[in-house]
Amino acid sequence: MSDTGASGRRSWGARLVILIPALWLTVLFLVPFLIVLKISLSQSVIAQPPYTPTLDLTGGWQAVRDFAAALSFENYKLLGSDWLYIVSYLRSLGIAFAATAILLAIGYPIAYGMARAPRGLQPVLVMAVFLPFLTAFLIRIYAWINILQREGLLNETLLALGLIREPLIWLSTDTAILIGAVYSYLPFMVLPLYASLEKLDDSLLEAAADLGCPAWRAFWLVTVPLSLPGAVAGALLCFIPIVGEFVIPDLLGGSGAQMIGQTLWVEFFSNKDWPVASAVAVVLLVALLAPIVAYQRLQARALGER
Amino acid sequence: MRKGPSLFNVTSVALGLAFLYLPIVILVIYSFNASRLVTVWGGWSTRWYVELWNDAAMLEAAWISLRIAALSATLATVLGTLAAVALVRAGRFRGRTAFSAMIYAPLVMPEVITGLALLLLFVALNVDRGFWTVTAAHTTLTMCFVAVVVQSRLLDFDRSLEEAAMDLGCPPLKTFFTITLPLIFPAVAAGWLLAFTLSLDDLVIASFTTGPGATTLPIRIYSEVRLGVKPQINAICTVMIAVVAFGVIVAALLAKRGELVRARRAAKA
Repeated sequence: MSDTGASGRRSWGARLVILIPALWLTVLFLVPFLIVLKISLSQSVIAQPPYTPTLDLTGGWQAVRDFAAALSFENYKLLGSDWLYIVSYLRSLGIAFAATAILLAIGYPIAYGMARAPRGLQPVLVMAVFLPFLTAFLIRIYAWINILQREGLLNETLLALGLIREPLIWLSTDTAILIGAVYSYLPFMVLPLYASLEKLDDSLLEAAADLGCPAWRAFWLVTVPLSLPGAVAGALLCFIPIVGEFVIPDLLGGSGAQMIGQTLWVEFFSNKDWPVASAVAVVLLVALLAPIVAYQRLQARALGER
Repeated sequence: MRKGPSLFNVTSVALGLAFLYLPIVILVIYSFNASRLVTVWGGWSTRWYVELWNDAAMLEAAWISLRIAALSATLATVLGTLAAVALVRAGRFRGRTAFSAMIYAPLVMPEVITGLALLLLFVALNVDRGFWTVTAAHTTLTMCFVAVVVQSRLLDFDRSLEEAAMDLGCPPLKTFFTITLPLIFPAVAAGWLLAFTLSLDDLVIASFTTGPGATTLPIRIYSEVRLGVKPQINAICTVMIAVVAFGVIVAALLAKRGELVRARRAAKA
């Protein structure tokens, strides 16, 4: 566990500390993606496992060449030519984008208020925002079905208040998906924003005020730029998983156009087409690669700053 | 001088917390509803808890989920703590960028991709799917959360204690267990709790990697929910919320007590 000694050699113990988790993640995280990539280039067959070719390394070099020759880009051509998939991808990106924008708009005032709260109260508020994340995701989505259905509490309340004449349809709409996404991911937006706002040095704002800068301008010129890393981290932390979300659109969304997570699920579980499901996953991963790398950079920089 | 919170600040935090907690509170209240119709209030009753208690399939699923969660959280805590120590203390090593990428990527990776990838691995390795494959899958996902939690604690703390112990001839392994681990213990415990609840809660990855005889609680709840809202589901959800709330309160009290003990020791010294 110590750093490299003066000799530059690492003890066996220190090596194991790196090797054990690295090995675990290589086998159970990295290698599986290579398998997904491989199967996305295979053909679907009715067999067990339901794809061909399968690589048989005992067959030697010839087997590897036969295997490579049998790979094809058919599944990707299918994804590019069928509107079902294209609409599904675009819809997922659109919903994730809208949800992230709403999350920023709602999350910023909350995080700002938390950072302005008395010092002693702040850890309690952080815990209060984080706690719902610990109560099951599925339960929190399910709770909204109770509220959003036709005879649900939202309609009852609105009717009782006289705001609407007859019950509105909430469940099985895009609005319901957005509500579910915003509700589930709010802690991921608020906490990084709070972390960057809390560090903000008040003397900067005082200096601005002393120099005659109005409060709203100081907010725009000082607070907002300094909280940008938190905003970007929060946005990425919400946007990336929402694009691939399955539970929220499945339980709250309609039966019409699907989000890409649902498409993958249906291809895999209902159609049993593993190669197409894998190709859907690869394209989704490629689409998300840029935001994922951006998120990693941000994390690395945040750790370097300490 | 710090400016105090304005009315706008107070209102936005209050509304935010109300938005986060109201749906959960409503769910808990309706689990005590006597009426079979989920939306009609029929007076207080515990009948759905009684029915839940007689639902053998649901209890079986809950038992499987609890075992998977406890086992995978423990494995994930060991692996995640090792990973955090490697990230913070090992300095530069070959493959460090790839290593940290493998820690952070699972945190944001859509679950459908991780689930599919793990299933295809298990098929390629030709292992029987069930209890152990779900446990391995959950360990992989949650160890990264543990690593992040422990890492932030390791970055914050004073290294002079460790250095002093090592200067006095304490071997690295002993230093870790007698100095470092007690100091980072609150983060390790928090990491375990986080891993436990994430595992207990996961539907997507478990659906991909499970096999016959290992229907977890979320898979069971999901198949019931798809058939329509049932009062019994409100009851099981309330029980799960109570379990998590209890765990969090115990963890918070333990952390508080640890701080008191340490403060007292420091005062004596």
